Amino acid sequence: MGTVWFWLVAVMITEKVLLDGFDLGAGAIHLLVARTDAERREVLASIGPVWDGNEVWLLAAGGTLYFAFPPLYASAFSGFYLPLMIVLWLLILRGISIEFRNHVHSLVWDPLWDFLFCASSFLLAIFYSAALGNVVRGVPLDASGYFFEPLWTNFRLGAETGILDWYTILVGVLGLAALVMHGSLWVKMKTDGAVNKRAGGIASTAFWMVAALTAVVTLLSFRVQPQIARNLAKWPVGYLFPALAVVGMIGVKVFLARQHERNAFLSSCAYLSGMLTSVVFGVYPMVLPARDRTYSLTVDSAQAGAYGLKVGLAWWTIGMLLATGYSVFVYRSFAGKVKLDAYEHGHGD
Amino acid sequence: MSPALDVHRLHFAFTITFHYIFPQLTMGLALLLVYLKTKALRTGDDHYNKAARFWAKIFGINFAAGVVTGIPMEFQFGTNWAEFSKSAGGVIGQTLAMEGVFSFFLESSFLGLFLFGERKLGRLGHWCAAFLVFAGSWLSGYLIVATNAWMQRPVAYSLGPQGEILLSGFWALLLNKWALWQYAHTMIGAVQTGCFAMAAVGAFYLLTKCNQVYGRTFVKAGVLVGVIASLLQLFPTGDMQGKMMAEYQQPGLAAMEGLFQSRENAPIVILGQPDVEKRRLDNPLEVPGMLSFLTYRKWSAHVKGLDSFPEDLWPDRIPLLYYSYHVMVGLGTIFIAVQVLATLLYWRKKLYDSRWMLWILMLCAPLPFIANTAGWVTAEIGRQPWLIYGLMRTAHGASPRVGAGNAWFTLIGFMGLYTVLAMLWCFLIGREIHLGPDLAAPQQILPAPAAAD
Repeated sequence: MGTVWFWLVAVMITEKVLLDGFDLGAGAIHLLVARTDAERREVLASIGPVWDGNEVWLLAAGGTLYFAFPPLYASAFSGFYLPLMIVLWLLILRGISIEFRNHVHSLVWDPLWDFLFCASSFLLAIFYSAALGNVVRGVPLDASGYFFEPLWTNFRLGAETGILDWYTILVGVLGLAALVMHGSLWVKMKTDGAVNKRAGGIASTAFWMVAALTAVVTLLSFRVQPQIARNLAKWPVGYLFPALAVVGMIGVKVFLARQHERNAFLSSCAYLSGMLTSVVFGVYPMVLPARDRTYSLTVDSAQAGAYGLKVGLAWWTIGMLLATGYSVFVYRSFAGKVKLDAYEHGHGD
Repeated sequence: MSPALDVHRLHFAFTITFHYIFPQLTMGLALLLVYLKTKALRTGDDHYNKAARFWAKIFGINFAAGVVTGIPMEFQFGTNWAEFSKSAGGVIGQTLAMEGVFSFFLESSFLGLFLFGERKLGRLGHWCAAFLVFAGSWLSGYLIVATNAWMQRPVAYSLGPQGEILLSGFWALLLNKWALWQYAHTMIGAVQTGCFAMAAVGAFYLLTKCNQVYGRTFVKAGVLVGVIASLLQLFPTGDMQGKMMAEYQQPGLAAMEGLFQSRENAPIVILGQPDVEKRRLDNPLEVPGMLSFLTYRKWSAHVKGLDSFPEDLWPDRIPLLYYSYHVMVGLGTIFIAVQVLATLLYWRKKLYDSRWMLWILMLCAPLPFIANTAGWVTAEIGRQPWLIYGLMRTAHGASPRVGAGNAWFTLIGFMGLYTVLAMLWCFLIGREIHLGPDLAAPQQILPAPAAAD
């Protein structure tokens, strides 16, 4: 049962990255891809009706993690105390930047929120990815099942690690590049004209960075986390996950060149899914690897009671079907290229 | 006890208090928006649609503030209260995850459609969107209250081999008796916040003689829904809440009422200052026998005072508990008086011309926020010294590795950020009220600012 939930949480986190990822990426390139006020409103309109729902995946995944693996929730959240709090502050700034910007139009109001939206999205992309890097690398858990990491120590992979070291920073940069690619493909798909063209340019540049960094980080990860190689040897079917990422990357390149905007975006989704599932597969059965392997939290040691997991599966399935239904409905309602007029006067005055 | 404990408590208290300013207005307004949209649908009068659009804008600003301050709440269970999460996560994680899965998806999906899709959805579709936003926000309220209710009165659990708390009954958790009454009491409190806000804006328009058509609609909705809510707040919901305290949290009840000595014919204290060292109430102004009657329906009934319980079962902040309870009850009484009076004036068709009543309605707007906050402080401090009543003490629930220095760092960060957020919220909502519901024919309240649109 624990393994089932392990994969369900992984699916939710992947979903969160695919959806919230494109609005984060759009934010990170906001100042670059859109120059005039009208263009910037176009970018915001492309994510306006959906970003909040995308962020719900974070809460839903967090909640699911909480009841399925309580000891993991307790030790990871208190151990990653500082970066999580910084993530929360960034989420607050980002949320109000998107929601409050369009209530007032002035030469001091708009640029302020544009800047904050861009900066907070940029930093969030790095912090989320660095957190993932921390999980792959392992954290300084001890016999109590707890740890606490400062933001940084000496940037090395010793016993006293910080959140940021050379490996996690590298993963952070890869994550940023990947979300920039993902976000610019979204913006390209949802816009016309100058923004569309610039987004295409950013996506092509980001593609090469993502490709190069993916190769480097993958090689390093095999050394940092030996479990990955062991799992691949044990279950060769696991090669499918990295293969999905590779196919995704090829797809992005091919479809971008042929101007198939939707397929390019979907390929980017495939790449991100492939990368995330590779990580999840690579650390299994650990849910939080420790620097000293004996203290790692595993699926067995961290799962909640059997009854709770069983009853959870029933309502979770119903809830996810409903949620998927709403999402499809909303995305279809706002399908197609953004039309600024319709967005701003949606009330039909 | 770790020196960081008080900082963790303050951290949660500050962030939850600030957060709850927004959802109570969201949940209250969600109901009133359904009321306005229903009116629009049934009468075909576009005036109600414009009124709904105006409140939808305020709702949107408020909702955003609620979302961004709400995310830290779920995180904090893990970050600051790790021992609690580790033990109880298998139970309360259920209701918290259900909130995300069942209500947040519903709410966020249809809020986008409600705010941006009126033209696309058509009249009936837009009403449905409003209703689903309402349903989502009220469902979310239930799941959060059910989480809190389990901490107030733990049910449906067993203890695992390492002392972890395991869920043993899904429906028993959801249908906790405490949750049902606490939910009714909480939601009616939220409706009061929404009603007083709507009535206050209406009164403001009538007093300043602009947007008067809307002013009348708002005052009417706020008063007619509000009077029902103010009465239900007292009876049966408030009454039942008190009875459950009497049944399950007796030391908390005694401390709330400032009852240091057990006695028969116990009085209710209207005013007076508790002196915990000397175990007495200074300058008491009391109604004799009332507490006995309210609790046990018998004037002479014996009510247990704090002296009946060992001191390590007393709530650890007795004056704060006593005052927050009295502020809540005092304000609740004032709300009943104001709403009943306003309803009488409405019935006599004098409400819209009674400037003194409109002044009162306008100035009452902040009070329900205070009453709801005081109510939650009563619930949370009344539960002390327990984090989960009878199962886990607050002193044992915090994160063992997060020191006071780090907790202060993030608390100060939240204080700064929330100050900015509060200023923005006031500015944007004030601005919407100032612009008014009728954008096609804007009316002058004060000289219009040059920057506005």
